Amino acid sequence: MNATAAGMLFIASLILAMVLVHKPLGDYMYRVYTTTRHNVVERVVYRLLGVRADTEQSWGVYARSLLAFSVLSILVVYGIQRLQDKLPLSLGRPPVTDHVAWNTAISFVTNTNWQAYSGESTMGHLTQMAALAVQNFVSAAVGMAVAIALVRGFARRRSGTLGNFWVDLVRGSVRILLPIAFVGALVLVAGGVIQNFSSGHQITTLTGGTQTITGGPVASQEAIKELGTNGGGFYNANSAHPFENATAWTNWLEIFLILVIPFALPRTFGRMVGQVRQGYAIVAVMGIIALASVLLTNAFELGGNATVSQAVGAAMEGKEVRFGVSNSATFGAATTLTSTGAVNSFHDSYTPFGGLMTMFNMMLGEVAPGGVGAGLYGMLILAVITVFVAGLMVGRTPEYLGKKIGPREIKLASSYFLVTPILVLVGTAFAMGSAEQRASMLNGGAHGLSEILYAFTSASNNNGSAFAGLTVNSPWYDVATGLCMVFGRFLPIILVLALAGSLARQAPVPESIGTLPTHRPQFVAMVVGVTIILVALTFLPALALGPIAEGLS
Amino acid sequence: MSTSVLEAPSQAPAPKKNGRVSGGLLDPKQLISSLPDALKKLNPVTLWRNPVMFIVEVGAVFTTVLAVLDPSFFAWAIVVWLWLTVVFANLAEAVAEGRGKAQAATLRAAKRDTTARRLKSRAAADWDVVGAAELQQGDFVIVEAGEVVPGDGDVVEGIASVDESAITGESAPVIRESGGDRSAVTGGTRVLSDRIIVQITQKPGESFIDRMIALVEGANRQKTPNEIALNILLAALTIIFLVATVTMQPLAIYSKLVNPGVADSIALTGDGVTGIVLVSLIVCLIPTTIGALLSAIGIAGMDRLVQRNVLAMSGRAVEAAGDVSTLLLDKTGTITLGNRQASEFVPVAGVSEQQLAEAAQLSSLADETPEGRSIVVFAKERYGLREREIHGAEWVAFTAQTRMSGVNLDGRQVRKGAATAVMKWVRDAGGHPTDEVGHLVDGISASGGTPLVVAEQGRVLGVIHLKDVVKAGMRERFDEMRRMGIRTVMITGDNPLTAKAIADEAGVDDFLAEATPEDKLALIRKEQEGGRLVAMTGDGTNDAPALAQSDVGVAMNTGTSAAKEAGNMVDLDSNPTKLIEIVEIGKQLLITRGALTTFSIANDIAKYFAIIPAMFAAVYPGLDALNVMRLTSPQSAVLSAVIFNAVVIVALIPLALRGVRYRPSSASKLLSRNLYLYGLGGIIVPFIGIKLIDLLIQFLPGMS
Repeated sequence: MNATAAGMLFIASLILAMVLVHKPLGDYMYRVYTTTRHNVVERVVYRLLGVRADTEQSWGVYARSLLAFSVLSILVVYGIQRLQDKLPLSLGRPPVTDHVAWNTAISFVTNTNWQAYSGESTMGHLTQMAALAVQNFVSAAVGMAVAIALVRGFARRRSGTLGNFWVDLVRGSVRILLPIAFVGALVLVAGGVIQNFSSGHQITTLTGGTQTITGGPVASQEAIKELGTNGGGFYNANSAHPFENATAWTNWLEIFLILVIPFALPRTFGRMVGQVRQGYAIVAVMGIIALASVLLTNAFELGGNATVSQAVGAAMEGKEVRFGVSNSATFGAATTLTSTGAVNSFHDSYTPFGGLMTMFNMMLGEVAPGGVGAGLYGMLILAVITVFVAGLMVGRTPEYLGKKIGPREIKLASSYFLVTPILVLVGTAFAMGSAEQRASMLNGGAHGLSEILYAFTSASNNNGSAFAGLTVNSPWYDVATGLCMVFGRFLPIILVLALAGSLARQAPVPESIGTLPTHRPQFVAMVVGVTIILVALTFLPALALGPIAEGLS
Repeated sequence: MSTSVLEAPSQAPAPKKNGRVSGGLLDPKQLISSLPDALKKLNPVTLWRNPVMFIVEVGAVFTTVLAVLDPSFFAWAIVVWLWLTVVFANLAEAVAEGRGKAQAATLRAAKRDTTARRLKSRAAADWDVVGAAELQQGDFVIVEAGEVVPGDGDVVEGIASVDESAITGESAPVIRESGGDRSAVTGGTRVLSDRIIVQITQKPGESFIDRMIALVEGANRQKTPNEIALNILLAALTIIFLVATVTMQPLAIYSKLVNPGVADSIALTGDGVTGIVLVSLIVCLIPTTIGALLSAIGIAGMDRLVQRNVLAMSGRAVEAAGDVSTLLLDKTGTITLGNRQASEFVPVAGVSEQQLAEAAQLSSLADETPEGRSIVVFAKERYGLREREIHGAEWVAFTAQTRMSGVNLDGRQVRKGAATAVMKWVRDAGGHPTDEVGHLVDGISASGGTPLVVAEQGRVLGVIHLKDVVKAGMRERFDEMRRMGIRTVMITGDNPLTAKAIADEAGVDDFLAEATPEDKLALIRKEQEGGRLVAMTGDGTNDAPALAQSDVGVAMNTGTSAAKEAGNMVDLDSNPTKLIEIVEIGKQLLITRGALTTFSIANDIAKYFAIIPAMFAAVYPGLDALNVMRLTSPQSAVLSAVIFNAVVIVALIPLALRGVRYRPSSASKLLSRNLYLYGLGGIIVPFIGIKLIDLLIQFLPGMS
């Protein structure tokens, strides 16, 4: 079997797995978020936290709870890093420097997992487990909670409340992420991913030098890293490291874990609004964009139009031999499409257009299928924008799922799609405008520009993957990308919750033949079009001077 | 009952003022006459309300300064076209407003300085003469034939024929009388006969005509919710493109820096993209097309209503009309012709139809009620019975007690009337009506008709079937409504049986029988509870609460002041079917906005393909591959894009004023059509347009 055919089979098997899991997992999550019963573990947690689990929250209270939780999380993660030498299992590592600790705390709390440090040489085991891995769970659960709150906004009529943040947070962690991650970790261990508390082995290398290879609780962290679309690797090499991602089939499993919740959430959405077909429409939009992106990335990488790669047949530079070009490209597309940011190959070494695809995927706003929860709410915002323009064209005040899209709704939705592009572009402009910051580039010319553009795109969209090449652990980059991450995460969340609140208050307009149908291929095609055109129009100038200029030269 | 001969009941929607309604073609004269207004609108104090065009103006000022400092043909060409872009946008608004101004002038002519004869009190005999403007609410004035009614009010005494053409454009006079639902008179109309006493109901300066003038001039035009929402979206897009172009600058400087061998071009120097080109790019990307036309679309929408003789008190109501999902229609006058008409003569056994027809006609010859007339007409049309002059007949008039009418002639006694009354009359005369009569009567009742029994000398001859006649074409209109997703509900005072029969015949979706004003109000509330928007028409004072409650309440101009006050639109033609057109205008307004927004955004793709290679192909020659239009030079590419951007505004003014074509159909079909036309069209048209402009301007100096 040639490389292309194998790559296509790999993609096809992933699609099949997604299709099989979509319904049962979506329905399961629907039950998790709609049941009124609390299990034992949850009741204990509520008692510890002092949460009255049966009280409902307005959007404002929901948002304040979320922000309070996140601020607290940032402080805890920062504290553990700064004090790690005083805590057990530190492996004798010194405290993490202030700007790196700040950046890392924000990075993990915002589900970005941008890593301005090298995991195996900076973090002790306790920091990895108690600070970073915990955030891998709860930051993912926060994203899902926001998505569910927005869906409740659509589903509820004349309601002042959106549910209870603490309940959504705990249920997402306990009932969805923990069990799947647990099973995932066991399977990864079976595949050769390590799980121990080793402080490292001294190895004599082939050239006669010595090297310390750190062990650690990798598999447990790896599973949630992918499942929660976090992406922060135990090792600096991330999923390219054989201890994180041992074989071709663990590679398959990791991509599966990345995609499984984002692609199943639309089903949950469909169930909650009582119209399964609306969920299918949303998952179709995500699926079409994702598949197109995966295939294009594969095509660019397998085609490889740079000089060196043409000489060796394909763009093998920066990719692991055990995965090959196609499966690396698929992983690269999946990780950038989902705000995961784990990498199993170096996007910096991709062909210019392959690299362009990974950037474009993130610029879409992480919606196809996007991060856990974040993808769904981002996509629903795009659907709202689409409905607004399309709805006018059918001669009615636009409405989505019976909820009118008036001035307040469009104000919130428009602000949402302003946030990340502005962060990306302003951040890039500042870095590019300063010779000092430009010095962090590994490459010059258009490729160097791509490195910086990629960094800000990744941070602002909470992806966290790095193009590599750019040296980012300077105070300036730590602060700049930290700000991008924190604003890129929480401003949209506040806007989404405000929108959910205003939608929940409305009484739905009954559907008639004059209503714009939002479950037909026509609408799906429109949302795809709006998503791509909005992004293309926003980022084309920057992309033209980076990857496009490089690719067309 | 006085049924006036003057009050010609409006039949089907009369397309009387043909030509005025279309008005889609743009008269070049209009453009020129609106030019001064367009230039006045350049004032930034007023222009900032339109953020998109304000940005263009700021850009135009900026490039003007640059062109003065560093003049070149290219720079000045861009400057001129940027200013033209703003002027064109203002022109669109000025033209839309200009149409209203002409209408306002006509109305002002009606609002002459009239004087009023004000009575000291209602009963007083003496009056003093005051200016119309001095009249207060509650004053009583006396108006005689030949005088102009000094203000809006209700007739409290007398009856008069009034010429309302100043307001409605309808020359046939109407009757206004005290009491009932025909008591309202409007200031500026002329009394043609008789003498009436009017109690003024308006506040000074707030007469109907004053409001009309303000409305058509768009003086206090407020943005509607949807317009506000769209403006927010456009502002957001503007911000995005501003940020995208401004943040491009350090990237451009860097790109120039790392390609040191490249000479400075008109678009890119060591300081980045030149100011002229940067502003051009911003102007081309921000949604100028829809930004320029948005307010013109709104004004033109109101104007289209005015042309159909409907006055909307707020733009909000027009917009709501597009959203209406339930239409409440009064049966009488809207769905049916208003009067029952004879449709069949059903004789009992042993009597021929001809015999029955003859007796029915005879009994109705002197009956001046519409029902009576219809019997005579039906007998003539169907049975060839001519009207005859009869002498020596003794006419028996209808009274509420006897509930029948007829004639005694040459010993014949013929009666027609309500079944029970006539049967009693037959029995009293010694006759024995058979059960058959009862069956016939019940059958007609069950079918929704009204049975009139005809008898002669103690013998029942048969039954006349009186039927409500549904206006021609109503079923088609209701089918149309259904295709638009609008539910029609017929409101009637009839019993449920009759109501159902008519509802079925007219093809409405539902009906409310034996409706009281309270029922009507309750129905509206119920519909609104379910999230539906309700539209209705009304004219009586008892309609006022329902009109006020409904989302779109259209009051008939013939109606009472209370009704006109409660509704948010007034139909000067008093044609209840107009509601359907109002809904269509509301939809058309929204569709036009959506279509032009889509078009505007879709245009950006081609502009990028023109401008990006023009800016950067010098440093990265590979980017010339994006120059798919093969434009002559960077200068001509940028200028072509700017010119196209400006010209497309002018080209779309007629569309903005006329509104995009609207055909009642399902949402999916509408969307497909508009998406292909304005979405796909919006992507393709600028590629062609920019290329054509480039072919023309390539010969200008400095373009190569």
